Amino acid sequence: MSRLRLLLALLAAAVAAAAADPPSAERGRAVYQKWCTPCHGTGLGKPGTAAAAAHGVKTPVLEQRQDLSQKMIESAVRKGTGIMPRFRKTEISDADLAAIVAYLVHK
Amino acid sequence: MPLPPGVSAKDFLAVLRQFEGVVGKEWVFSSDEDVELYRDSYSPFWHEPEDPVPSAAVAPDGVEQIQQIVRIANKYKVPLWTVSTGKNLAYGGSAPRLSGSVVLDLKRMNRILEVNDRNHYALVEPGVSYFDLYRYTQEHGLNVFIDAPDPGWGSPVGNTLDRGGGHTPLRDHFSTLCGMEVVLANGDVVRTGMGALPNAKTWQQYKYGFGPYVDGIFTQSNFGIVTKMGVWLYPMPEMRFSGTVSVPKHDDLIPMVDTLSYLMNSNIVLGTTRVSSPVIGQARDAELIALRAKPGGASIADLEDYLKRKNLPYWSIELPFYGPTEVVPAQWAFAKRKFSSIPGVQFRDGATTKLPPSAEDLAKVANTVPLGVPSLAIFASIPRNSYGHIGLSPITPMTGEAVFEVMDVFDKVFQEMGIDNVGVVPAGTYYPRSFFFLFVLPTEHDVEKNRKMRAAFKRLVQLGAEHGWGEYRTHLAFMDDVANTYSFNNHALLRLHETIKDALDPNGILAPGKSGIWPKQMRKARA
Ligand SMILES: Cc1cc2nc3c(=O)[nH]c(=O)nc-3n(C[C@H](O)[C@H](O)[C@H](O)COP(=O)(O)OP(=O)(O)OC[C@H]3O[C@@H](n4cnc5c(N)ncnc54)[C@H](O)[C@@H]3O)c2cc1C
Ligand code: HEC
Repeated sequence: MSRLRLLLALLAAAVAAAAADPPSAERGRAVYQKWCTPCHGTGLGKPGTAAAAAHGVKTPVLEQRQDLSQKMIESAVRKGTGIMPRFRKTEISDADLAAIVAYLVHK
Repeated sequence: MPLPPGVSAKDFLAVLRQFEGVVGKEWVFSSDEDVELYRDSYSPFWHEPEDPVPSAAVAPDGVEQIQQIVRIANKYKVPLWTVSTGKNLAYGGSAPRLSGSVVLDLKRMNRILEVNDRNHYALVEPGVSYFDLYRYTQEHGLNVFIDAPDPGWGSPVGNTLDRGGGHTPLRDHFSTLCGMEVVLANGDVVRTGMGALPNAKTWQQYKYGFGPYVDGIFTQSNFGIVTKMGVWLYPMPEMRFSGTVSVPKHDDLIPMVDTLSYLMNSNIVLGTTRVSSPVIGQARDAELIALRAKPGGASIADLEDYLKRKNLPYWSIELPFYGPTEVVPAQWAFAKRKFSSIPGVQFRDGATTKLPPSAEDLAKVANTVPLGVPSLAIFASIPRNSYGHIGLSPITPMTGEAVFEVMDVFDKVFQEMGIDNVGVVPAGTYYPRSFFFLFVLPTEHDVEKNRKMRAAFKRLVQLGAEHGWGEYRTHLAFMDDVANTYSFNNHALLRLHETIKDALDPNGILAPGKSGIWPKQMRKARA
């Protein structure tokens, strides 16, 4: 298995395992990696990270930020912001959202 | 939230209760807060009453549940708007054409039923995203290459049904469709192509089955609910390479595009590219801005002279190649020979990537889609402080003359109407033998600006049609306008669509208004 493939397999396993658990930062991390990292992760081609950097945020990667509140995250996910669209509950359930908050805010 | 047109509050409540009986309470969404999530995040009608709002959403998890839902919908005449992954941003997102429709959200049906790397295909349910499919092929070590549209959160089913396109050899997604399962408005389940043969061994290998080939009528349509789809995948190529061709003069584009057409139609150049030029689109250089501001604008001679002094080409095309390591360099050499008859032509080697790409190679590029890895990087190319956009995309012949004409006709309208923030991707090769122009028109949270943009959009649809260029697909807001341009012989094609609609869906429960096709009881007199 290549390193990339291994990483993906671990990620998928984490998502599957996390689905059964009560809302927790661990589950939040798996949901976050599936739905948010393509835009808010590190590296090239990450529109959310690029937007935050352009707004002058010092740590533009969401996971590294200290100033996120439950309200900010819920509002971004359920109302959208700028080009980030709203997410439906068939994509990110309320429990998933609570887990993302647990992961991003209380870590 | 609105009620479905013509349905009483009491009946609608009964419908919701019955839907709950089918899918479970958790999967029927009817609170204002939940239904809001189905509106178009990139709506061109922000703050306006025309912005379509569903009455509710229901998310089944299986074909039998869908059959029960359509039976209920028929009984109460409730319109259903189907989405697969519902990421149709720029064309309406997960919102319906008709306010008060119930969105039938198939995101939960996300099983990958098969991926075969001996005959190279996949059979998937509607909720499977390109990200999911990619992850699956990685986990199972399959030797296939995925062609995704720029945003990887969409689905093979949803994207193919709207006839979307990608970047690599199998970029024309409708051409990769091989067999589907469809629930009709009356609840009947049909399998197309070889799928009609019980125990078929080639549902995803042979497209046509026996008798009339009907798969096309379920795309961009409201004739059925697709519940499974076969799509062909590309065998993993050994490498990708891109080389850029540049020419110095305005008129060089004509032989340049003829050569491009030859190379693409011979399956030598195998991917999406576009024509680019330093003098198309928004100018940043002060000298170019000044030239354009001259009375009458910059002439071709002015621009050629300007580019020569700056040592810039007039036109460039980046050619993508996918294939064996022995073959790709020979193809590039051949392409160079074909272009070499244009005086002053220049060539530049681009990146070579071994496929499948390594993690290191992937980290080096912003957008990994041309390397077969789904991404959302495209959203980084949307201007900052944007609220989204809609796409205007006329299809033209693959010729240099068409490029001159489209840019001229469309530029004039944007100038006349004072619209200066349009993104332009000229002459894309998403579909064989034709060019696909993409004009990206921003949507705002400002009523006046949106009105102005919509007026320009409608005018350009009309003007394009007068020049013989039709839209390939459109946003909810313009479906009637675009359908009306396909009017040969007193709208014979739309009349045929309506005949099929009336036969398959007499109560008009499936996606009223999709692609301008309305059920009989909602049809307006045509101009
Ligand atoms: C920045 C940006 C870049 C984009 N780039 C591209 C691109 O490169 N290529 C491209 O093709 N598009 C592109 N798009 C447009 C769009 O986002 C994609 O086409 C996307 O894949 C469509 O969403 P989806 O796959 O979730 O389909 P869905 O939203 O699920 O479906 C699209 C439509 O198909 C019909 N439909 C869906 N499922 C069914 C079903 N099961 N039965 C019957 N009818 C159904 C419905 O009318 C639905 O509205 C882009 C958009 C943006 C904003
Ligand atoms: C399509 C890309 C995309 C995806 C996917 C995405 N976002 Fe965003 N997000 C953005 C962009 C772009 C912005 C900046 C918007 C702006 O203000 O212009 C943003 C902004 C935000 C903000 C506001 C930050 C601030 O400084 O105010 C939060 C919070 C956020 N996103 C959370 C999330 C979460 C959680 C997810 C996953 C569930 C997610 N996003 C998925 C693109 C995305």
